[in-house]
Amino acid sequence: MSSHGIKDRVAIVGMGCTPFGEHWNKSADDLMIDASNETFASAGITKDDVDAFWVGTAMSGASGMFLARPLQLHDKPVTHVENFCATASEALRNAAYAVASGAYDVAMALGVEKVKDSGYQGLVGAGKAPTDGTGRTLTAAAMFAMCAPGYGKKYGLDDEQMREVLARIAWKNHYNGARNPRAQFKKEVSMETICGAPLMAGGLGVYDCSGVADGSAAAIIVRAEDAHKYTDKPLYIKALSLVAGNCSGNADPEYDYTTFPEIAATARDAYAQAGVTNPREQIAMAEVHDCFTPAELLIYEDLQFAERGTAWKEVLDGTFDLEGAMPVNPDGGLKSFGHPVGASGLRMVFEAWLQLRGEAPEQRRIKHADRGLALTHNLGGYPGEMVSFISIVGNKLG
Amino acid sequence: MRGIISAGGYVPYRRLQRSEIAKTFGSGGGRGTRSVASYDEDTTTMGVEAARYALKSAPASVTPDALSFSTAEPAYLDKNNASTLHAALRLDTDVPGFDFGGALRSSVGALRAALDGNSTVLLVSSDLRTGLPTSGDEASFGDGAAALLVGDDNDGPIIAEYIAAASATEEFIERWRTPGSARGRAWEERFGEVKYGPLVEQAWNAALKEAEITADKVDKVIVTGTHARAVRSVGGRLGASKAATVDDLTTTVGNTASAHAALLLTSALEASEPNQTIALVVLADGADVVLFRTTDAIASYHPARTVASQIEHATDLPYGKFLSWRGIVKLEPPRRPEPDRISASVSGRTEDWKYGFVGSRDRSSGELHLPPARVSRVGDTIDDMEAAPMADVQGTIALITVDRIAYSPSPPTVFAVVDWDGGGRLPVEMCDVDADALGMGDKVEMTFRRLFTSDEIHNYFWKARPVRD
Repeated sequence: MSSHGIKDRVAIVGMGCTPFGEHWNKSADDLMIDASNETFASAGITKDDVDAFWVGTAMSGASGMFLARPLQLHDKPVTHVENFCATASEALRNAAYAVASGAYDVAMALGVEKVKDSGYQGLVGAGKAPTDGTGRTLTAAAMFAMCAPGYGKKYGLDDEQMREVLARIAWKNHYNGARNPRAQFKKEVSMETICGAPLMAGGLGVYDCSGVADGSAAAIIVRAEDAHKYTDKPLYIKALSLVAGNCSGNADPEYDYTTFPEIAATARDAYAQAGVTNPREQIAMAEVHDCFTPAELLIYEDLQFAERGTAWKEVLDGTFDLEGAMPVNPDGGLKSFGHPVGASGLRMVFEAWLQLRGEAPEQRRIKHADRGLALTHNLGGYPGEMVSFISIVGNKLG
Repeated sequence: MRGIISAGGYVPYRRLQRSEIAKTFGSGGGRGTRSVASYDEDTTTMGVEAARYALKSAPASVTPDALSFSTAEPAYLDKNNASTLHAALRLDTDVPGFDFGGALRSSVGALRAALDGNSTVLLVSSDLRTGLPTSGDEASFGDGAAALLVGDDNDGPIIAEYIAAASATEEFIERWRTPGSARGRAWEERFGEVKYGPLVEQAWNAALKEAEITADKVDKVIVTGTHARAVRSVGGRLGASKAATVDDLTTTVGNTASAHAALLLTSALEASEPNQTIALVVLADGADVVLFRTTDAIASYHPARTVASQIEHATDLPYGKFLSWRGIVKLEPPRRPEPDRISASVSGRTEDWKYGFVGSRDRSSGELHLPPARVSRVGDTIDDMEAAPMADVQGTIALITVDRIAYSPSPPTVFAVVDWDGGGRLPVEMCDVDADALGMGDKVEMTFRRLFTSDEIHNYFWKARPVRD
């Protein structure tokens, strides 16, 4: 397999992100207009300066006209992409490759989701193809819930210990979200409240599940050599890695729900592209896909932030806290920032944009921004069957 | 020689304590329990289970030439329910499968027709009975199914030889129900009792005469019908010894109506010795009597799962659940969208998977694929798979979870990752289990269920349940 990457060939020169939450008074169109206006202003350009657009949404619309109509884009190429919860990351990836190829000078990646109009709690899938009715009907919460006993059994944690570890992850993400004015839940939540919450699936309570929110985020991508025309502080793309799983975890008796092989594979690929050999020392911060607390626990190990079987101890030691050795989800993560499916991938990059440029609010600024690299990890699907995406961005060339 | 090659009875896992009815409403109910079909069962799925037991109890070489299905509570009108059983049992397409009418008498009629014919017939009868709260029907009925494999001794060993049959038919209004009605109705009891007496006597005497035996030579007498008082009174007047009367299962299972004659016969055969004469007497708008004599082959007959075992392995269901499962009380549904109707054409393409639980196995790697696949996940071979029937394969729970937010007609959903004996894995929905009652390492087996109904199309597929015997 050849995965050469495009390290330092393109740069992000402008970003925007709406507040995430229950936008009862905003449509998907409104959210896209808000996010793109902020993004254009951030890069100091207008929509006419953008040569091509990639719009990601998983369930709010279809086709390039979904973006072209509300923004009134005239004679522009607009591509709609979808890859479950990695949809916005997919928009970024395609826009970056289009610029790297030389086909365009300026591209925009935008992700959006309007999930709160369904009338149901949680996510309601978009129009599905007709089926024979034999597919699983379980919620994602139930699927990820199985990782907790799986991990606990393998590494010798009893239910009480596991409860504490998972609650600690949720507690940390709420702590960070409380310091983020754009987050859906801007409130710290006590360990006691998290542990005593009503059960959703398996051992997972309400606070083990990410927030369901409306929102949009976007980025402007240009060739690296052009970056300083737009900003003094561009973010260079160091790696973009994507794996779409073959769903073998559902069929393989060896799969034990303690790892996500698709994530481990994207991590290896992304580190190779970026030249990262010691992620824990070289990366300043990570935004990871904490759709459910057990997912974040396993992701630490798949991303090589902790040795196998040790992430739970590091969680309790505070390694991944805002002030810890390796801050993860300093913006609050899906847990408290909220999860508009098709926007989350770019929301993660937005936090890297703020932190590596020294623009994050004081109260949640990371200590190790001087390391210069940030990682975003975005997954879509379930244990045993998922797409996984990783980006690594940096504030310096080389 | 012609007669019964094998028999299978199916009694659902749940029981309603009849005393719960009076505790709730101040009247109704009675003593003992009745069986209750789960929310995801109907007469078709229960019929599949009974038929699977009957086929598993027969020598593997015996294959039916025809399938008949009788019920007074069909899952569909117009559409042939026997075709669903046919698919779940994976019978060859040249084996006809027919529904037999809606009357309670249909099942004994199908039995008589099969015994008087000359082909190997799988007779399935199934019923799901209820009535309005506090009614006699609600308490006395039960849900269940039974299957009898009828044929000649050149098909397989006959365990009970058919020796005679007789009927008496007369029009009278005793019990009735119009299509769509939630409750059956009956005339005052005495009228039916008076009408049934002479009819039973006529058929009984004719059958004994044909068999050239007298009543005292009958070792086991099964008398059944929905008119309990007539059943009791005629039973005592047949001239057979009192000891010959078999337990009619009304205190444990209840009366499964159109399935009950075959269920009681199945149960009686499971406790019989060679050379015993068994009389089946059915009261349903007339009287039908069928006489059998067990053969030496019954000594070596091993039923796949006995009725007695299913009576033993049961769990009580709260009365409120019973009322909601039968649609009498509507509970607040989960706040999730209801499922879309299934596609007829997709289901047609995947018939063996959906109805038969047949996957595929890669010939070179041996890897199991559920659902069946064209490209192997191990070794990447293309179109080199053989059919892997998994309905009768047991498995072990690797991981299990309770989903409290997923849509289900009866939340919560219990869901397990199952590792199959002999290799392979599939995450499957569990049934007949209470939340948190199972754990890693428990054994499960597959059962045919109705997942949901949308646009009046029933979505049938397989679920796993704990192995309990």
